[in-house]
Amino acid sequence: MNRVARTLLLVLFAGHTQAQDDDMIFSHFKAERLEYEGNQDLHLFKWDVQQWIGNDENKLWLKTEGDYSSDQDIFGRADLQMLYSRNIDTFWDFQIGARRAFEPERTFDAVIGFQGLAPYFIEVDSAMFITQNGNVLGRLSLGYELLLTQRLILAPRIEVNVAAQDLQYRGVKAGITEFEAGMRLRYEIEREFAPYVGFDYVEEESLREHHHSVRGVVGFRVWY
Amino acid sequence: MPSKKIMTTPTRISTVMFAIFGLYVGVHSVYADTYRLVINEKSVNLIGEPQVAVVANDSLPAPTLHWRESEDVTLQVTNAMQQETSIHWHGIVLPYKMDGVPGVSFDGIAPGQTFSYQFQVKQHGTYWYHGHSGMQEQQGLFGAIIIEPSHDQQLVDRDYVVMLSDWPEADPHRTLARLKKQSDYYNFQKRTLADFFSDIERLGFWETVADRMAWGQMRMEPTDIADVNGATYHFLINGKTPEAGQKYMFKLGDKVRLRFINASAMTHFDVRIPGLKMQVVAADGQSVAPVDVEEFRIAVAETYDVLVKPQTEQAYSVFAEAMDRSGYAHASLTPREDLLVAAPALRPMTLLTLAEMGGAHAGHGSHDTDKALTLEAQDVTAASDHAPLSADNHSAHASHQANMPAHDTDTDLAATSVLDYRDLKAAIPEHGLMGPPDREITLRLTGNMNRYIWSFDDVKYSDAEPIRVKLGERIRFHYVNETMMNHPIHLHGLWQYLDNGNGMYSPKKHVINVKPGQTVSVDVPADAEGDWAFHCHLLYHMDTGMFRKFIVEKTADHAAHQHE
Repeated sequence: MNRVARTLLLVLFAGHTQAQDDDMIFSHFKAERLEYEGNQDLHLFKWDVQQWIGNDENKLWLKTEGDYSSDQDIFGRADLQMLYSRNIDTFWDFQIGARRAFEPERTFDAVIGFQGLAPYFIEVDSAMFITQNGNVLGRLSLGYELLLTQRLILAPRIEVNVAAQDLQYRGVKAGITEFEAGMRLRYEIEREFAPYVGFDYVEEESLREHHHSVRGVVGFRVWY
Repeated sequence: MPSKKIMTTPTRISTVMFAIFGLYVGVHSVYADTYRLVINEKSVNLIGEPQVAVVANDSLPAPTLHWRESEDVTLQVTNAMQQETSIHWHGIVLPYKMDGVPGVSFDGIAPGQTFSYQFQVKQHGTYWYHGHSGMQEQQGLFGAIIIEPSHDQQLVDRDYVVMLSDWPEADPHRTLARLKKQSDYYNFQKRTLADFFSDIERLGFWETVADRMAWGQMRMEPTDIADVNGATYHFLINGKTPEAGQKYMFKLGDKVRLRFINASAMTHFDVRIPGLKMQVVAADGQSVAPVDVEEFRIAVAETYDVLVKPQTEQAYSVFAEAMDRSGYAHASLTPREDLLVAAPALRPMTLLTLAEMGGAHAGHGSHDTDKALTLEAQDVTAASDHAPLSADNHSAHASHQANMPAHDTDTDLAATSVLDYRDLKAAIPEHGLMGPPDREITLRLTGNMNRYIWSFDDVKYSDAEPIRVKLGERIRFHYVNETMMNHPIHLHGLWQYLDNGNGMYSPKKHVINVKPGQTVSVDVPADAEGDWAFHCHLLYHMDTGMFRKFIVEKTADHAAHQHE
């Protein structure tokens, strides 16, 4: 626990110092998706950005996801997670922290989850949110990368959002609230910068309505 | 340019005082020379753009030091930089405080300071020196040491240093950061969809699927041979790229000694001189029974002396391919100034096999060391991994380029004349190796490739206790490589006698390369007191935790014994 505290202190205040040769602090910004997504009826700008800072074992991990509709000038969904991340196994991190959801409703949620690489190179990001109103929500995303060439990469991705119970005033219906399956074809001009095109199939289920749509996407992935 | 001359002349002071002192204590040292090295940063242009190098006496590589056996050397190393520095004399037997590892054997050399290394040279042969602070070794701070024997000089007509190194395009700290964020950052040889289909054609559908499933299950890549490679490295001989047209001259009938030193941070090379047989006469500075070979692999930090006798009036390529075939270093061995030879084509890469990964599964499983194979028992140690393991798996032939013609040539070479560790027989027997050791230590070579963390026994240096042994003990190490990378293990100050089945003719080395999934045993007589560094010599593995302090302690017993 001492080490954890020390690392967190380092993370928060030291910026770029190094504790020991093999215990250095690194920081990693990754915009996995910065994209325009749309079809005839819908025009959205979406982001999926993560940033971590820490050493091999302990990291401070920020995640934000959301979408913005320029037609209607509204955010459809937007949140920010601040997590403590602990490397618990070769390929896995355990994460715990808080989420601030801004849209569609402002809430503070507790977050607990696992992130890592499953067998067969499946990238997993999972989280359970316990909202301040007592509902339990879940999110799971799975990604894979298929190399067409060393730089041209086809990346299928699935994301599922679930809710444990109905939430009348938000129109949330228990079960799968949102299902998204898509494919992105990116070209890594540099490892750090890759534009892509692709599509998403999206299904949304609420107490009020059921939507499904296919959308084209164009965007880029950038990290440093 | 390599030459028999010292590149920058170190100052030599043989004073009367030393002579008198020598007489007084009865030391038979004839020479007592002082060498000065000034470490500084310098802008260099090796690859078509200016980059900052760390150099000694303005030279990259650092000047070749010529010492004589039994000489008392003084090396005054001045730090003219704003950052700490240090010099380690690689492979040299000396008092540990002269060994030059900051935080282990001394405090390092602060900016503006001069440290005076002083010791008596007790050996001869080919060695090298390099920085042991930060990433300075990767930035050009390395040079050759050639020590003349006090007698039995082997006469040659020409004597050259062939110093191999890997020069990065990016700042090495940035390279490390990239590896921490994406450990396969530099691998541009991964298997693609096209490879999948060509494997189906070659192996059949189910076989190919089974192979992909097996690798996928482990979350590993069979193309992961070198984690920093030609995607960022330019490979150099004596600080020059292949394009620089570097030459080693010979006259017909000359006997030429080439002293190969691998000063790379991360690159093992396969060395050939097409058209010439090479006679290996020394490994890590130690004379060995001569072996004729067509090719040898030189691990990071090893040295090999070879003799060649060119018999035709032609230029030969001194050709060093990176182990993963992502690039090469090349120079011409030529009878005429105006005659250069082009580098031969790179051969295809040989993939890792699943059998090599037997012990590497998930990286953290407990390992049954009783079952660990020793070097001699394992029938697969053809020096260059060209021959796939013959163990019981369906994809020992997973190498996706195995059907290419060059591969067959490789296999032929492996069968006939590629140097194998088992071929190394010490010229002088060591009787002390017989009988049981005083202590056995199994050291697992471990790591997390995915997160780029390297360790011994799953513990990083910053979390580990030193290894402690007693002065005078003989320790038998079993290095069990549980990873999919090669690890050249370097023990400072003490020799590692490689158990390669040659009994008391086991060669002594300062670096022992342990291949993926392999177990190698060595004997280490702990005959030098002090705190020594013990680590994988791949720079980015060392810096991320594959390092230990190795302490040889004088015990009360020993002290009493000395006083009797």
